[in-house]
This record gives sequence, structure tokens and C-alpha cells, in this order.
Amino acid sequence: MSASASQLTTAQFCARLLRRQLVLAVRRPVEIGNPILFFAMVVALFPLGLGPAPGQLSGFAPGVLWIIALLSNLLTSDAVFRGDFDDGNLEQLLIAPQPLYLSVLAYIGAHWIITGLLLALVSPLFAVMLNLPAQAIWVLVGSLLLGTGTLSLLGCIGAALTVGLKRGGMLISLLILPLYMPVLIFGSAAVKAAVLGNPAGPYLAILGGMLCLAVALAPFAVAAGLRISIDA
Amino acid sequence: MWSFFHKLGSPPWLYKISGSILRWLLPITLVALAVGLTWGLLFTAPDFRQGNSYRIIYIHVPAAVVALAGYYIMAIAGAVSLIWKMKMADVAMKACAPIGAAFTFVALLTGAIWGKPTWGAWWVWDARITSMLVLLFLYLGVVALYEAFDNKEAASKACAVLSLVGMVNIPIIYKSVDWWYSLHQPASIKLTGGSTIDSSMLYPLFWMIASFYALFACAMMLNMRVEILQREARTGWVKRLALGGASRGAKS
Repeated sequence: MSASASQLTTAQFCARLLRRQLVLAVRRPVEIGNPILFFAMVVALFPLGLGPAPGQLSGFAPGVLWIIALLSNLLTSDAVFRGDFDDGNLEQLLIAPQPLYLSVLAYIGAHWIITGLLLALVSPLFAVMLNLPAQAIWVLVGSLLLGTGTLSLLGCIGAALTVGLKRGGMLISLLILPLYMPVLIFGSAAVKAAVLGNPAGPYLAILGGMLCLAVALAPFAVAAGLRISIDA
Repeated sequence: MWSFFHKLGSPPWLYKISGSILRWLLPITLVALAVGLTWGLLFTAPDFRQGNSYRIIYIHVPAAVVALAGYYIMAIAGAVSLIWKMKMADVAMKACAPIGAAFTFVALLTGAIWGKPTWGAWWVWDARITSMLVLLFLYLGVVALYEAFDNKEAASKACAVLSLVGMVNIPIIYKSVDWWYSLHQPASIKLTGGSTIDSSMLYPLFWMIASFYALFACAMMLNMRVEILQREARTGWVKRLALGGASRGAKS
């Protein structure tokens, strides 16, 4: 870094944080590949468990795809702050002059790009495997784009609260899954509506509204959680 | 006013005052519960359609009302402890979680017992049942998070943040689950406009709701007193209390 952190504008600071997180992820491609591999494997579990009849599968597909997206988001959110907590970078972030709200948002944004955005982009492939009708695929991609943003924001609250704990992995699911439920309801409802040929716009609008609320409030909770975890 | 607020932050004062409140509140609560149960279970008319099975509302509805209110009490106590760094608010918040979970569980259990003869199933994925289940998960999440921390001060702060996040989410969860599917009857008690429940059944219900609030308050104070003693175990006043209590017995 050529300039010290105090000389950077807030926007530059956050842009560098975001780039750093993405570079770290790209250097370890397995980390990016794992959620998608997880998604593919769980997709394969459902026909094995529920039976392979195409008509039946397309009925389950909206809910199944959304539940898997939710789980892979949950499993990856545990690691968002852990590396930086262990090596002390997080403490530097907390004492930096830039507002923690925005730097936390950069972390969450990077997490969303690596998991939510990528999953939304590859989801048509899995939708076809589960026999989802063609008209619903775009709605699936749109609902995942909007919904996984909210999931990342909520998941990072759990990650921030549990980052200092040795056994955080299971705990974060207990804390965060109840909060995920509204997103699951409206995400899968949007895709179901599209399957039946009904307009999905209202559901996508509600997902967008949830995303706005989460962007406005969740980073405060994440920032508070990080401060608590550092003090503990 | 402010001196009262500051005194609330003092563990010995809170311990003393809660003891003297409990001395009369606990007997009153037990009597009120006994009166309300007798009134509701024996002296109200059976329902036209449901017969006697409806009488479980005298436990089910108060438990559900207090369980929901308990989450808000917990979240407000958490906010007070985060904003004013008041230690006793921490204690109140920590005391709320297991009690609220127990009330939620009672509401779910009595609902299931009522559902079997009325709907023909123990469990139905109806909107309100599901949101009560989510409420139970939220309570248990707070308990689990508190237990996971070794540093109890950090544990309280983390739980306060979590309960505030939950408080913002409860209306969203409630509305989305409501929209998702509704089988439960619409609210029959309204403060404005006519209630669809007869007043002879309504008065014992209000009586029971008030008694359950008192029960919640008693349970919370008992829980808080134990927590105060545990946290302050190394301080002089607790040692004096323990030693004095052994020699003087229940005289004070």
C-alpha cells in the first residue's frame, strides 16, 4: 500500500477492502468452488430421497433450490471474519478512522459476490437438472440475486457474534436460521408463482425491500458484534 | 426519578427490593392463578361447538401472550444494557431467555393438545404455530449464544445484539409466515370494536393473562436473584448475606 490508511478517502478504503477480500478468495479457488460443489451435491440428494419422477421434481424444485442456496450461504458465512480475527487484521479495522459500518459492508459485499452472485449465476444449470420450467428460471436467478444479499447480511451478523468462539460452527446456524425464514418464504414463493404462470414481481419487490432494510440495519449489528468479539 | 434509575443498577439494592417484592407478589400470583384456573376450567359455560376442550385457552392464550411480550422485555433490557452499560439490565435480559422459552413451549404444547380434538392433528403448519416455533428458536438461540461465551460480560452484550436483531425481525417473520399460510382463527379479542368472544369467557381470560404476567415477573425476579448472587459471589455483601443468613436464619 502506498498511502497509509488515514490518508485514504472512505470510498478508496472500502474499495481496497473489497478488492483484498476478492483477491484472497481468488487465490484460493477451492473456497469459491466449495459452495457450488455443495450446491450440486445436495441437488443430487433430493431426487435420490424424493424419487426421480420429473413431474414431482418440478413441484419440489423451487423450494429445494432455495433451501440449498440458503444452506450454502450459511455454511460459508462462518468464515467471513475468522481469518482476519485470528491474525489480528480485524483489530486494525476496528481502530481505523473509516466508519466501521462501511468497511463491514465491504466484507459482506465480497462474501455475497463469492457465494450469492456466483450461485445465482450457476443456478439455471441446477434448475434444469431438477426439471424447473423454463419461464421460472429467470425468476429463480432474480430472486437469488436479491435474496442472497439479505442472507449474506444476516449471516455476517451471526459470524461477527461468534467469531471469537472456538466452537462457532453449529451455533451460527442456530442463531441465523430463524432470521432466514422470511427470505426463504418469499424467494421460493416467487419461483412457485413463476412455475404456475403467475406474476412474480410482487415477491421480488418484497425481497428487494428486505434487502434495503437489511443493508440499512445489519451492518450496525455486525459492527457491534465485531467490537464485542474483539473485547471478549 | 433518576436516583431510582441509578439504584436499579446496584446489585445489593436490587437483590433486597426484589426480595421484598417477591414476598407479597409470589403468594398473590399463586392465588390469582388458582382462582383464574378454577373460574376458567369449572365455572364458565362450555363452548357451543367445541364443548369443554376450548377451556385450554385459559392456559394457552396467556402463555402465548406473555411469551411474545417476554421477547420484547428481553430486547429492551438488552438495549438498556448496551446503551447505558447497566449491569442489572444484563441480568434481566439473561433471566428472560429461559423463562420466555418455557412459556413459548407451554403455548405450543397446549396448542397441540387443543389441536388434536379440534383439528384432528397434533401439529399443523399454520402461520401462528410456525411463528411461535420460530420464537422458540430465537429464545433458544439467545440461551445457546450466552452459554457459548466464557466471558459472561461479552456474552451478555452479544445476546443483547442478537435479541435486538430478533426484535426487528419478529414482525417481519410474523407477517411473512402469516402471508405464507393461515389456518388459525383470526384474533378474537380486540380492544377497539366488538370481541367475538362472550364476556363470560373473556373476563377469566383477562384474569389469567394478568396472572401469567405476574408469574413471568416472579420467575424473572427469582432467576435474577440467583444470577446476581452468582455474579457477585466474591463481594462483601454476598459473603455477609451468606454468613448472616446461616446464623440468623429467616429472621431478617
